[in-house]
Amino acid sequence: MVADTAHPDLDSAGSPSPALQVRAWIARRTEAVAIPLGAVATGFALFSLFLIALGKSPAGFLDLIYRGGFGSPFALQNSLQRAAPLLFAALCVALPARLGLVVIGGEGAIVLGGVAAAAIAPALAGLPPVLGIPAMALCAALAGAAWIGAVGALRAYRGVNETIASLLMSYIAIALSNHLIEGLLRDPSSLNKPSTRAIAEAFRVGPMPGMKVHWGLGFGVLACVAAWVLTERTTLGFAARIAGGNVRAAQIQGLPVGRLIVGFTALGGALAALAGFFEVTAVHGNANASLVAGYGYTGILVAFLARQNPLAIVPVAFLLGGIEASGGLIQRRMQLPDATVLVLEGLLFVLVLMSETLYGRYKVFSPHLWTRTRAAAPVMAVAS
Amino acid sequence: MVAKHSLSRRTLLGGTAALGLAALPFGTARAAGKMTVGVIYVGPKDDYGYNQAHAQGAAALKGMAGIEVVEEENVRETNDVQKTMESMINLDGASLLLPTSFGYFDPHVLIEAKKNPTVQFRHCGGLWTEANPKNAGSYFGYIAQGQYLNGVVAAHATKSKKLGFVAAKPIPQVLNNINGFILGARSVDPSITCQVIFTGEWSLAVKEAEATNALIDGGADVITCHVDSPKVTVETAARRGAFVCGYHADQSALAKDKYLTGAEWDWAPIYKGFVADMQAGKAPPNFLRGGLADGFVKMSAYGPGVSEAARKNADAVKAEMMKGGFAIIKGPLSDNTGKQIAPAGKAYAENAIELESTNYLVEGVRGSA
Repeated sequence: MVADTAHPDLDSAGSPSPALQVRAWIARRTEAVAIPLGAVATGFALFSLFLIALGKSPAGFLDLIYRGGFGSPFALQNSLQRAAPLLFAALCVALPARLGLVVIGGEGAIVLGGVAAAAIAPALAGLPPVLGIPAMALCAALAGAAWIGAVGALRAYRGVNETIASLLMSYIAIALSNHLIEGLLRDPSSLNKPSTRAIAEAFRVGPMPGMKVHWGLGFGVLACVAAWVLTERTTLGFAARIAGGNVRAAQIQGLPVGRLIVGFTALGGALAALAGFFEVTAVHGNANASLVAGYGYTGILVAFLARQNPLAIVPVAFLLGGIEASGGLIQRRMQLPDATVLVLEGLLFVLVLMSETLYGRYKVFSPHLWTRTRAAAPVMAVAS
Repeated sequence: MVAKHSLSRRTLLGGTAALGLAALPFGTARAAGKMTVGVIYVGPKDDYGYNQAHAQGAAALKGMAGIEVVEEENVRETNDVQKTMESMINLDGASLLLPTSFGYFDPHVLIEAKKNPTVQFRHCGGLWTEANPKNAGSYFGYIAQGQYLNGVVAAHATKSKKLGFVAAKPIPQVLNNINGFILGARSVDPSITCQVIFTGEWSLAVKEAEATNALIDGGADVITCHVDSPKVTVETAARRGAFVCGYHADQSALAKDKYLTGAEWDWAPIYKGFVADMQAGKAPPNFLRGGLADGFVKMSAYGPGVSEAARKNADAVKAEMMKGGFAIIKGPLSDNTGKQIAPAGKAYAENAIELESTNYLVEGVRGSA
C-alpha cells in the first residue's frame, strides 16, 4: 500500500477511506462467490461433455433440471422438501469444520435421532403437543449430541482421527438402530417391515403454513442462521476458528480446545439428529430402516460446496435438493440411469474441492488492489 | 397424516402446476385414450434381482398399444417416493402407479392414494385392508414354492448334505423362503441341513460376499439367498465352486454351469392384467396373491448340473403345486429349537394367513431368526 497521508483517498490516520474499504470488502466477497460459482459452472461444462458422449443433449438436461427442480410451484416445493434434511446434515459437517475437523458420520446421528424420538414418544403420551414435540426433539438432539460428541471427545482427549471415528460410529449407530427397531422397540404388528410403534397423531409435525413442506425446512434455515451467528459473531465461534487455525497457538492463548471440540461436534450431532426427528414425526410416523436414506452423506457434499459457511448451506442445499428433485424427471424423460445425477454431484464436489487452491491467486479479488490509491491503477492480472 | 388441513390448498397448487406444465410442449404429449403407468423401484433396474424382476414386468407393458410406461429407479422410501408419485401423476399423467418396494406402502402410498382419488395405486408386498383407500391395493406372490423346488433340486446336487442360505432380515417373507428351501431339500433326503446367515440389510454387498464365503467354508455346497440383489452371492458362490439356486430373477448368466435353477417372479402377466382391467374401465383387484399355479412365480430353466433324477423329482412336485393348495408347512413339524409348529394332520396351504406372520425356522435350519 502506498503510504501517502496527503492523498485524498486516505484519512488523517492513513487508513483507506470508507469508500475504498467497501470496495475491498466487495472484492473479498466477490472472490468467495465467484470461485465456487466458477467451479460449479465448470462442473456443468464437463458434465455436458459426458452427456454429449452418451448422445444426450446438455441443453435438454439443464432444461429438465430447471423444470424438475425450480420451474413450477410443485418443483420448488419438491426441492425445498429435499433440502430440509440436508440443512441439518450439512451443519453436522460445517460446525466441526470450524475447528479444522472433518466429520463424515452425520448419517449415524440422523438415524439415532429418529430412533430416539420414536422411542421416547410413548412415554410422553398425555403431554400437550406443545411440550411433547419439543421433548421428542430434545431427546433426539441429546442422542445425536452424545454420538458425535463422543467422536469429538475421542479426537480431543485420545487423538483418534475424527473422520474415521465418525464414519465407523455411524455404522455402529445404524446397527444399533436396526437392533432396537427389530427388537426392543418393535411394534409386533409390523411384520415384514420392522418399525417402532406409531407416534400419536397429536405429536406429528405438519407442514409450514401455505406449503406442503414440513417444518424441518423452517427450523433447518433457522439452525443455519443460528450456526452462522455462533461461528461468526460470538467469542465462542472466534475461539473455535482460532483453534481450527492453529491448535498450539490456541492452547498457548489458554483457549479450552478440548471443550470447544467436544462442544462443536456435539452441537453438530444434535442438529443432524433433528433431521432424523423430523423424518420420524413429519414423514414416517415411526422409526424404521427407511431412516437410513443417505442424507448424512449428501450433507457432506452440501457443507463442502458451501465451503463450511452455515449461511451458504441454505442456497446450496436448495440447489442440490433441486438437482435431486429433477433426477426422476431426467430418468423418465431422457432414459438416463439414476447414477447420472450422482456423476454430476461427484463432479461438482471434486471441482469445488479443487477450487479451494485458487483463493488468493487472482489479483482482481485482492483487497489490496482496491485499497490502493488512485495513483496505482488496478491491473487485471492473474498471479503466476 | 401429514397436513390434512391444507389439502385444498395443496390440491390447488398441484393443479396449477399441472395446468402450467400441460401448456408447455413437453415431448411426451398426452394423446387421447393413452394410458400412462408409473413404475417405481427402490434399487437399480438391472440388479439381477427384485427390481429387475419388476422392470421385466414393466418392459412387457411397453409393447402394448396405448400404453406409456414411465419408470424411476433408486427412489428412497421417504418423502422422495411421494414426490415421485406426484410428479408421475402431475407431469406424466399416470393413472396407474406401481410402487414396488415394501417400504413405500405405509405411509407413502396411503397418503398419495388419499390425495389422488382418481389414480389407481397397486403396491407390491403390502397388506391392503378394507380400511385403506379403495384406489389402493397390494399384490404379492407365494414364492416360497419356488424356494421349495430350489430345495428339491439342491438336495440332489449336494454331496456334503449341507446347504447355505444368505438372508437379509428375519421377517416372515424371508423366513418362509428359508423354510421352503430346507423342507424341499428334506423331502428328498431328511439328513440335509441348511445354515442361514442374516446380513441385516436388503442390500449390503460386502456382508453378502462374507456370508457366502463363510457358508462355503462351513461345508455348504449349494447356496441360495433372499436379498434384493443376488448378484454378489451368486457370483461369489460360483467362483468358489459351489452350486447356486437363484432368486427373484434369472441369474444363470452369472453362475454359468453352477446354476441349478431359480425361483423367479413373473410380474408380466400380473401387470398386463392390471392394465387390461383399467382399459376395460374397472379398477384392478385391491388384494391379489398367487403362486406358481397362478403365474406369479416361475422357475429358471434347469442348468447342466441338474441330474435326470432331480429333474423328474422337481417336475413331479411342480405338477403337484400347479394343482393349487400345496402345503409346504405340514405336520408333524417342529421348529429348530424343538418346539412343535404343526401337529400331525395339520397343514398350511400357500395362502394360509398364518404364513404372513411366520416367526420360526423349521428343524434342519441352523441359525436363529
